[in-house]
Amino acid sequence: MALFFNVTLQLLEGLLYTLLIFGVTLLVALPLGLLIAFGSKSKIKIISAITRAFVWVIRGTPLMLQIIFFLFLPTSFSNIMQSIGIPVDLALRGEVALLTMVCVAFSINYACYFSEIYRGGIQSVPQGQYEAAQVLGMTKSQTFSKVIFLQVVKRIVAPMSNEIITLVKDTALASVVIRLDLFTVAKGIVNTKAILWPIFYAGLFYLLINGLLTILLGKLEKKLGYFKV
Amino acid sequence: MAFFEVSNIKKSFGKTEVLKGIDFSLEKGSVLSIIGSSGSGKTTLLRCLNFLETPDVGTMSIDGKVIFDASKDKAMKEAEIRANRLHFGLVFQSFNLFPQYTAFDNITLAPLMRLTEQKLTKEEIKVKTEEIKAKAWELLEKVGLTDKADFYPCQLSGGQQQRVAIARALALSPDILCFDEPTSALDPELTGEVLRVIKSLKSSDSTMIVVTHEMEFAKNVSDEVIFMANGVIEEQGTPEELFENPKSPLTRAFLNKSLESF
Repeated sequence: MALFFNVTLQLLEGLLYTLLIFGVTLLVALPLGLLIAFGSKSKIKIISAITRAFVWVIRGTPLMLQIIFFLFLPTSFSNIMQSIGIPVDLALRGEVALLTMVCVAFSINYACYFSEIYRGGIQSVPQGQYEAAQVLGMTKSQTFSKVIFLQVVKRIVAPMSNEIITLVKDTALASVVIRLDLFTVAKGIVNTKAILWPIFYAGLFYLLINGLLTILLGKLEKKLGYFKV
Repeated sequence: MAFFEVSNIKKSFGKTEVLKGIDFSLEKGSVLSIIGSSGSGKTTLLRCLNFLETPDVGTMSIDGKVIFDASKDKAMKEAEIRANRLHFGLVFQSFNLFPQYTAFDNITLAPLMRLTEQKLTKEEIKVKTEEIKAKAWELLEKVGLTDKADFYPCQLSGGQQQRVAIARALALSPDILCFDEPTSALDPELTGEVLRVIKSLKSSDSTMIVVTHEMEFAKNVSDEVIFMANGVIEEQGTPEELFENPKSPLTRAFLNKSLESF
């Protein structure tokens, strides 16, 4: 019983870090994704080309690789700077710094996936909606915020839900840097205590979180059900 | 000088010249119908008038004031286009109501947006907002839909949606109200209610331009009819002249086809 209690406590702590990575990533990636979507749709060729290339690289390489890249970026940068005689030391030290970099990697990765969903959503709004707003004398930003945006949200709730649920599970990838997330903690217990059940116990935690998210996102979908697009 | 003058409007898409020099004028309070087969350029002309397309050549003026001149306005600022565009209202073939707003909010959205752009005191905003709302009710009454004010577009029939769209276009008090085949997307039994509303606007002396396939409507409601073919105005005249006594063989052929009964 004491073991069960102990494991539960450890897993709860892991859950906290998992939720932290999840929350920060969502908070940053949702707006950043929209920005990237605008970038890839930009009429200025150079901006859209750079944005698209960036999205291609991020979506085309493993997230784990990106986490490692962002982890060593500050150190490598510092080394290069020092080698040419500029004393810069940005090397990551301590949990907070590492966790921050993990969140940066996650946010950028997910923002790119989100941006493609936004782009699809924006493109699926009929041209007639833009034209109707235009002939009513609305500005471009008014048109987007008052007419287009909500229609986009309604169209993308389902594919977004998919990504968001995947994100909860992807947090386990943080283990390459920092062994604090739910899955890694469970795996650690399995290794040290030579028992298997904590890993399935951790699975229940994931299920619970994703169940909760499914309900919340379903509610949002229902809430937007009052109109049809 | 007529109230609205259009001269030498030309527009090409790629190598296809869709409008090959359109000239016409319109008196205040009159109704102009534009008829013609698909591909004749009538919708493009209407879109040019509403600044949804930019003509390559030509000028337009309202009340003696030039609102568009292709030789100068190539780089017209967005704010300028927005201001000039408000001389016109446009009712689309496919209604294009905003699905997330009620009928009432569809009508008030744009006027309320314009309010936020002006520098007004809180008190003035309050007064103007009330005016906008009162006008929306008035317009809903005009199109016979006061009981549907709180309905969303998806809860309305096509005919009702189009009537809301007409009210929405009127909310900004345009000088000229344009209709782009307003009944083409409707079931036959719903066209009547929309045409009746448009007809009723005539008595309230709005200036209107109607692109239509409804020959009876063009005949009975318009003061002037334009027949377009291959990007030019083939024939223009009063409904009596054009329908009873068409001069061009193209007009005759088109009318025969359109009025053919099965």
